[in-house]
Amino acid sequence: MIKVAGIKRGTVIDHVTAGKGLWIFNKLNLASLGHPVVLLMNVPSERLGRKDIIKIEDYTQVDTAMLGLIDATITVNIIENEQVVAKTQVTLPQVVSGLFACGNPRCVSNSDQYVMPIFELYEAESRAYVCEYCEEITKVAWK
Amino acid sequence: MLDLRGRHLVSPSDLTLPEIDSIITLAQDMQRQRGAYSDICRGKILATLFYEPSTRTKLSFESAMLRMGGSILGFSDANASAVAKGESIADTVRVMDAYADILVIRHPKEGAPKLAAGYSRVPIINGGDGGHQHPTQTLTDLLTIHACKGKVEGLSVAFCGDLKYGRTVHSLIETLARYPGSKFYLISPEELVLPPRLKEQLLRTSNCEVFECRHMEEALPYVDILYMTRIQKERFFNEADYLRLKNSYILDGAKLSQAKRELIVMHPLPRVNEIAYEVDNDPRAVYFAQAECGVYVRMSLMAHLLGVTCS
Repeated sequence: MIKVAGIKRGTVIDHVTAGKGLWIFNKLNLASLGHPVVLLMNVPSERLGRKDIIKIEDYTQVDTAMLGLIDATITVNIIENEQVVAKTQVTLPQVVSGLFACGNPRCVSNSDQYVMPIFELYEAESRAYVCEYCEEITKVAWK
Repeated sequence: MLDLRGRHLVSPSDLTLPEIDSIITLAQDMQRQRGAYSDICRGKILATLFYEPSTRTKLSFESAMLRMGGSILGFSDANASAVAKGESIADTVRVMDAYADILVIRHPKEGAPKLAAGYSRVPIINGGDGGHQHPTQTLTDLLTIHACKGKVEGLSVAFCGDLKYGRTVHSLIETLARYPGSKFYLISPEELVLPPRLKEQLLRTSNCEVFECRHMEEALPYVDILYMTRIQKERFFNEADYLRLKNSYILDGAKLSQAKRELIVMHPLPRVNEIAYEVDNDPRAVYFAQAECGVYVRMSLMAHLLGVTCS
């Protein structure tokens, strides 16, 4: 099996559903982050069978809201001095700003480019969010 | 009179029921003795930012401010303002709030008044945003209901026509659902039913009863209020859909004969053909009196938001 060294300081995005790692890599724009990044795919996992892992050195500001929208199985580990100092199981975020567009074509957030779309979780099961501006429901399809 | 100075009115839910009562009570007094309030807004300026055509809302706001001794400015055609040059809502509002003490905005985009409120230093009033909300029409409707029924609670109300894009319906039904004992009959073609989120909200958060029907006759004998609406051509993306649905419901004398004697027929106006002219002479038709209520309720609302009162 391929061996990849641990990181001294940074973030490990673990328990990514196998196959979603590359998508998350692109969605978080990690290629242009300027920090060393490792993407491991199809790693054996007790919990998931197979999983993807992303390790980012010297960077701890990952967008957990976006990760929660993409893949609720993800665990985010923050590493300091080669030790896990914080472990977060991502969940669907209660409030989301700017990560997706309102599904209502008549919403002001779709016509005025400077407007940041803001949503509040309406129903977790259907991944439904209500728009702060037009109050229409948008179901997030990322999964 | 409750203190609402400096507040925005974007959605009816911005107001508590006691705050709504305060606005209605003052509006009733303004209706009784208009002269007593003829000077309370001297030195105040209302700006009307109308990005979409309007007759009643715009003119009743202007009339309301003028009847309180204030002044008005604004535009009623976005193409004749800096908007035509590409100015954003945010920039327009940031400029206009230096020119006026209170702004009313009508916009075809849903959520535009909420956006404007985030940039304004003076109160913003939603004068209607797309198919979303129209809170001052709701206040007008409540004043009318008070005048005709003497109460707002425990009424059976049928909403008929375009319940999907009808912003007056959305605002009023959401507000009436906050009063105990409301019963709603939703009469619309399948394509224009009340937005599912709103219907779910009614059922989830209030104790009201909701019945859906496709024909007016199914509800008419049972209701205290029939709230008619126009099928709105401007909300359709496809004209063929509009043409197919525009004559879905027409209230005439024969249909009205099936209703209670104490029924009232309301309509936010303008009407096209959904109420036959013969109905105008029936004492149950109150839509023109309703339009008059709009002036007093907007006087009261602006007096509240500006924090002015009769000395």
